[in-house]
Amino acid sequence: MDPVKDSARAIAREVNARAVSATEVAERLIPHVERVDGQLGAYLQLTPDLMRAHARRVDERVAAGERLPLAGVPVALKDNMCLTGTRTTAGSKILENFVAPYTATAVQRLLDAGALPIGKTNLDEFAMGSSGENSAFGATRNPYDLDRVPGGSSAGSAASVGGFTATLSLGSDTGGSIREPAAFCNVVGFKPTYGRVSRYGLIAFASSLDQIGPFARTVEDAALAYDVIAGKDPLDATSVDREVEATAGDLRDDLRGVRVGIVKEFGLGELDAASRACYEAAYADLERLGAELVEVALPTAKYGLATYYLIAPAECSSNLARFDGVRYGLRVDGSDVGEMYERTRAAGFGAEVKRRILIGTYALSSGYYDAYYLKAQKARTRIAEDFARAFERCDVIAAPAAASPAFRFNAKNDPVTMYLMDYYTIPGSLAGLPSLSVPCGAAVPEDGTRSMPMGLQLTSPLFTERALLGVAHAYERATMHAEKLTPPETCNT
Amino acid sequence: MPSDRIDIRHVARLARLALTNEEIATFGPQLGDLMAHVDDLAQLDTQDVAATAQVVPSRNVQRADGLRPETMVSHDAALANAPQRQGPFFRVPRIIAEEG
Repeated sequence: MDPVKDSARAIAREVNARAVSATEVAERLIPHVERVDGQLGAYLQLTPDLMRAHARRVDERVAAGERLPLAGVPVALKDNMCLTGTRTTAGSKILENFVAPYTATAVQRLLDAGALPIGKTNLDEFAMGSSGENSAFGATRNPYDLDRVPGGSSAGSAASVGGFTATLSLGSDTGGSIREPAAFCNVVGFKPTYGRVSRYGLIAFASSLDQIGPFARTVEDAALAYDVIAGKDPLDATSVDREVEATAGDLRDDLRGVRVGIVKEFGLGELDAASRACYEAAYADLERLGAELVEVALPTAKYGLATYYLIAPAECSSNLARFDGVRYGLRVDGSDVGEMYERTRAAGFGAEVKRRILIGTYALSSGYYDAYYLKAQKARTRIAEDFARAFERCDVIAAPAAASPAFRFNAKNDPVTMYLMDYYTIPGSLAGLPSLSVPCGAAVPEDGTRSMPMGLQLTSPLFTERALLGVAHAYERATMHAEKLTPPETCNT
Repeated sequence: MPSDRIDIRHVARLARLALTNEEIATFGPQLGDLMAHVDDLAQLDTQDVAATAQVVPSRNVQRADGLRPETMVSHDAALANAPQRQGPFFRVPRIIAEEG
């Protein structure tokens, strides 16, 4: 057994069978991560003592006869999720020294299921970004090419699993922040239906869109984590009180009879040649595996970006109003309380966060609310209706997870160019749909010579996680794309 | 939509954000670019369309009016992250002006 390379499922099986102890897993992982994370920068903070303490507890529970779905599985947590007693920064200077006084529900559920916390992962500040470059605490590198970004905003959560410094991780997805980095880092990234996973203890960005989900190296492992974290939480009023169907261990292996929608408006013509070829091959593979490809229309999808860049900033400007230097976080003194607020926020927030606060404040300000925010909420309705119509004709929709493979650092300095990376993921987010990215091969970037991972995005109707994971699993098992790439150096123990 | 006329200083004041002159010079055109994209929304017909605040059906949730120990923290824990505290309180600069 190899705790660095093995799947979560395999680790849990061995630990539950007492063939290996959780403590042994922790003692193998900790020096490995300490040795290689300097190259990746996936972690903002490692928590070896906490990992060992949890390992001891798991070993005691297993010895007492308990069987735990994630017994001894090393997990990484995006640093916008609270974990009692650990620094939780959201990648922002304004929270540089914030120590969480409580634990997020999704994190607690993982720990209760036997997972071992390795550390907190880097992210774009307050989860705003598509490359990880907006973190106040330095760059995370793509495990498949250290000169390229890992994607964002869940940069370190994708890079750690892709770079074999975590078996599973949690990320959060508001407009694509799980799916895009998953595609860039050759891993599975799964955003469940909005409301499936509690947001309690997740530092809010855009509350009507934010959703926690897992990263894993296989669909099966993502399903295993999803089964643990999903479900109603009395501490999050927006978490949905609806039965969660178990998914892991019983996912389908074939695509016979599955209708896969290909979105007419998401033509691949605007992609670079290598990306286009990769997605064309992926669609052909789906058909070869027995799926029926159906063309579907999402005529309002092209308004997704505009809709998103009103709604998300509006919600962020409201959510981030709490960072005022009074109760926690950075404070910069001023001559009066107003000046203290302004200086604190000026010093604590980075450029992208400031931009979004400004856009959101403007969109919500007197005289513009109807033209912008309300208009966007109506557009959102139309986008969701388009999806509902499309799903009358298909079971899942296949699309690119990102417009290109991972790009180089500083390649997208213009904000709107960066926003366009999420063109394919945003419409599904606005509709609250479950959606994932599964490795679908590799493409040579236009500005490079080395093949980089690509991800196929699959999206399904509200609350059909089981069916969605099943399609992804069948595709993954038949193609095994993730394993065809030469593993990154950081997997060598 | 009048997005070419964002008064960035006014918006920054509303957002309680002190901006430098450099930031005003950079953010202005960047926000203008973005709002130009956003203006495309005007072409989408939303007459008689209801606004969506949240996509998943939800209803008001009420719970028994009692203590929930699992969500409670001590005074000290609640104040542990305070930039400045005084006894069991958060300390802030004077908010109400002194009488002249």
